[in-house]
Amino acid sequence: MKPRDDRAWLLVLPVFAVVLFSAVLPLMTVVNYSVQDSFGNNQFFWNGMGWFRELLDPTSELGGRFLAALGRNLVFSAVILAIEVPLGILVALCMPRGGWQLAVTMVVMALPLLVPWNVVGTIWQVFARADIGLFGAAVNGLGIDYNYAGNATAAWFTVIVMDVWHWTSLVALLCYAGLRAIPDAYYQAARIDGAGRWAVFRNIELPKLKRVLVIGVLLRFIDSFMIYTEPFVVTGGGPGNSTTFLSIDLVKLALGQFDLGKAAAMSLVYNLMTLLVCWVFFTAMTQLDAAREPTP
Amino acid sequence: MNARRAILLTYLLALSLPIYWLVNMSFKTNTEITAGVSLWPHAPTLANYVRIFTDPSWYSGYINSLTYVVINTALSLACALPAAYAFSRYRFLGDKHLFFWLLSNRMAPPAVFALPFFNLYSAVGLFDTPWAIALAHCLFNVPLAVWILEGFMSAVPREIDETAQIDGYSFPRFFGRIFLPLIANGIGVAAFFCFMFSWVELLLARTLTTVNAKPIAAIMTRTISAAGMDWGLLAAAGVLTLLPGALVIWFVRNHIAKGFALGRV
Amino acid sequence: MAQITLDGIAHAYGPRPKTDADYALRPLHLVWEQGKAYALLGPSGCGKTTLLNIISGLVQPTVGRLLFDGRDVTALPTERRNIAQVFQFPVIYDTMTVAGNLAFPLRNRGMGAAEVSAQVRKTASMLGLLDVLERPARNLSADAKQKISLGRGLVRQDVAAVLFDEPLTVIDPGLKWELRSKLKAVHRALDLLMIYVTHDQTEALTFADQVVVMNGGQVLQVGTPAELFDRPDHTFVGHFIGSPGMNLLPATVAGAEARVDGYTLALAGQYAAPAGRVQVGVRPDFAELAAEGLPVQVDRIDDLGRVRLARVRLGRHPLVARVAANAAIQGTEARLRIEPSRIHVYSDDRLMAPL
Repeated sequence: MKPRDDRAWLLVLPVFAVVLFSAVLPLMTVVNYSVQDSFGNNQFFWNGMGWFRELLDPTSELGGRFLAALGRNLVFSAVILAIEVPLGILVALCMPRGGWQLAVTMVVMALPLLVPWNVVGTIWQVFARADIGLFGAAVNGLGIDYNYAGNATAAWFTVIVMDVWHWTSLVALLCYAGLRAIPDAYYQAARIDGAGRWAVFRNIELPKLKRVLVIGVLLRFIDSFMIYTEPFVVTGGGPGNSTTFLSIDLVKLALGQFDLGKAAAMSLVYNLMTLLVCWVFFTAMTQLDAAREPTP
Repeated sequence: MNARRAILLTYLLALSLPIYWLVNMSFKTNTEITAGVSLWPHAPTLANYVRIFTDPSWYSGYINSLTYVVINTALSLACALPAAYAFSRYRFLGDKHLFFWLLSNRMAPPAVFALPFFNLYSAVGLFDTPWAIALAHCLFNVPLAVWILEGFMSAVPREIDETAQIDGYSFPRFFGRIFLPLIANGIGVAAFFCFMFSWVELLLARTLTTVNAKPIAAIMTRTISAAGMDWGLLAAAGVLTLLPGALVIWFVRNHIAKGFALGRV
Repeated sequence: MAQITLDGIAHAYGPRPKTDADYALRPLHLVWEQGKAYALLGPSGCGKTTLLNIISGLVQPTVGRLLFDGRDVTALPTERRNIAQVFQFPVIYDTMTVAGNLAFPLRNRGMGAAEVSAQVRKTASMLGLLDVLERPARNLSADAKQKISLGRGLVRQDVAAVLFDEPLTVIDPGLKWELRSKLKAVHRALDLLMIYVTHDQTEALTFADQVVVMNGGQVLQVGTPAELFDRPDHTFVGHFIGSPGMNLLPATVAGAEARVDGYTLALAGQYAAPAGRVQVGVRPDFAELAAEGLPVQVDRIDDLGRVRLARVRLGRHPLVARVAANAAIQGTEARLRIEPSRIHVYSDDRLMAPL
C-alpha cells in the first residue's frame, strides 16, 4: 500500500498548471461561446440553452447535421472495430514466438502506426486512385468501378480500408503482448486434456486476452470517434457529406463558417460523449489492474 | 503452421505495399506518375528530394515541425516526471480524480480545442509560433507521458527510495542520480511517444499557424489543393516525414504496444 | 495403467552434443512400475524437469526409446500418451466452473453427457471438490485449483501415469501437508503410477515409494527413502539427503581402518586399497559427542530443541555430530564416537563395498 502524503501535490503542480492552461481555459471559452450568439464584429448576445436545444433537435438544421455526423461516426467506429479486433487477434496468433522473424514482423507492423496522420491520408489518396495508385488500379482491374472521390460507397470503403491498414497492428501488438503472458503450462495442459485448436483459443487464449482487448477496443473506439486528419486528406468529408465525421463537421462549423455558438455547443456535447467513454475506460482499466493475477 | 505463415506474410505485405507505393512515387517524375501504374521507377530521379532540400518553403516546414515537437517532448517530460513519481509512490488528496482527468485530456477530440486554442494563443501573442503548437500538444502528450512513466516507475520497488533516504540522499539527488537512471527505458519510451504523437498531429498544428511556423504536414495539404498536383514532390515530402519513426522503430519495437496503451500492457 | 520404461533415454538441448556436459540428461535406463509412486529429486538444473517433459511428450529425447507397457511412444504427441500432469502453478480454465474444468478432457474426447457427469462426480468426491462443483474455478484457493488440475487427469479412465511438477510450490505452508496427504490417498485408492518432481527432500521422501536422486543430468541412485538414508550410493546423495547432510572426510583406507588427518577410524569391513579420491562418510545422526572416542575441537553447539548438533573439527576437517542427550560439553575439547557400521567409504564419490 502506498503511503498517503498530500505534499505529493507539489510534484503534480506543473502538470496541473499545464493542463489548466491547455484544457480548462480553452474549455471555459467554449462554454462561454456556447451560450451566446454573435452577429460578427465581436458583438455577442446571450442565447442561453438555445444552441443546445437546436443541437439535440433532429428537425433543426444544426441538429440534423449533428445527428447525421454522429451516426456516420458511430457506424464507422463499429465497422472498424468489427474488422480490426478479430483481424488483430488473428494476426497476433500467427506471429512468430521469437527470433529475427519476430523482430522483423514487429518492425513492419509498427510502421503504419508511426506514419503522420496526414501522410496516412496522402498515401491512401494516391494508393487508391484508379489512374496512379496500385490499389485503385487493382480494384478497377477486377471490373469494379471504384472511385472514392465520386462515389460514397467507394469513399467509405477507402476510409475503412485505410483505418484497418493504419491501426490493426495496434490491436495485434496488444494481443501479442497478452498471448506472450500465457505460461506454456496452459498449452501443455490443454494438449494433455485433448483440446483442439478452437478449444484452446476459446478456453485459454481468449479469456487471457480480455484485459488487452478491453484496452484495445476502448482505444480504437475513442480514436476512431475523434478521427479527423486521415479522411479529411483523402475525401475532405465527401463526396457530399458522406464521410463527414464529427470532428470534420465541427472544424467546418468552427473554423470554416466561424459559427462560434453552434460550434461551441457541439464541442461540449461531443466532449461530454468522449468523457463518458473515457470514464468507462478508466473504470475498466482500474478494475483490470486490480484483478490482475500475479503472473509467474 | 503453414497457414499461420501465409496469413502473417499476406498481412505484412498488405502493410508494406502502400508505403512502398509512396517511396516508389517519390523517385518518379510526374510524367511517369501520371502516365499510369508502374511497379518501380523506370527512370529513377532524385529531383523531388533535391527540390525539398533546396526550397525554403519546403524544408522550413521540417524545421518548424521538429522545433515544436522537440519543445513539446521536453516540456511534457519535464512536467510528467515528478507527477508520475507522485502517482506511483503516494496517495494524496484527489489523486484518482486527477489521474482520470489527465486521461480524459488524452481522449479529448482535438477538434473541440481547435477554435479555443486559436483564440487563446492569439490573445497571448503566441499564435504562429512553435510554442503555440508545443503547448497545445501538451494537452494529450502530458497525460500520455504521465501514464507511461507511472507504469515504469511502479515497477521499481519502493525499497530503493527508502534505502536511498536512509543513506542520506536528498530527494533531488536521489531522483536525478539513482531513480532516473533506473527508469531510463521508460523515459526513452515516453519521449518517443511524445515525439511521435506531436509529429503525427495535423489539425491543431495547422490551426495555430499561418506562415512563420507552418509545419510540414500543413505544407503538404496546401500542395494538395493547389492546381496541377505535383505528386512526386508530395510523395517525397511524405517519405521524409516517415524518417523519424523509421529511424528509431528498431529500438522501440518491443514497447510499441505499451506506448499506445498508455503503459497498461 | 501402465509401466514406463526408459530405454537409453538421453537429451541434449544443443544441436550436436559431444561431451557429457552438452547433455541435459545423460543416458539412463529405468523401469517404473505400475501402481508405485516415484519422486525425481535433485537441485535446480539437474535434469529432472527435462526427464518429466520427455515423459509427457513436450520434449523429444535426442536418443533412446520411451515405452508405455512395452509400446514405443517416443514419437507420440502428448495428447495420445494418456498421461495427466499437475504443474507448478495451478492451470485451470478461468471461464469454467469446477465441474466444467473436470468435464473438459472428457468432452474433448467426445464422451456422452450422462457418462461425463457421473465421472465428474466420482472424481470430485474423491478429491473433496463436491461442494464447490458449480463454483467458478477462478475464485478458488491455490490448493483447490491444484486439486482441479489433478482431477482433470484422474477423471479419465485410461490414464497411464500422473506427473507432478513441483505441485506444492504455491501452496500455503499450512496446506502443503494436507494436499500431500490427499495425493497419497488418491494414489492408494487408484493404484496409479505417479511421478513427482521436486527439489524438496521432505516432499520426495514422504510421498514416494522410490526416490530417484538426480544431479548434473545423471541419475545417481534409485531407492526407498530408507536406502537413500542408510546407504547413499554417491557422496552427492549422502550430502543432499538428510538435514544436515552426511559428513564427508578425506581419508586413506587400508584394510578395516580409515585414517583422517592422522586419526584412525575403525570400519565395519575390510576394503581393498581404493583408487582415486577417497572419502569416508558418516551421517551426523551416527556421530555422537560422548565420554570417549576421538578427540575433537568444538566450534559451536546449535540447540534445535529436539536435538543438539555440534560443529566440530577432527584435525583440520569440520563435521557435524549429535550431542548425546545427557552429555555436558565443557570448553572446546570433546570426544567423538562413531558407529563403525555406519561409516561408508567412497572412491571418486562412488560407494565402495567392503570385501
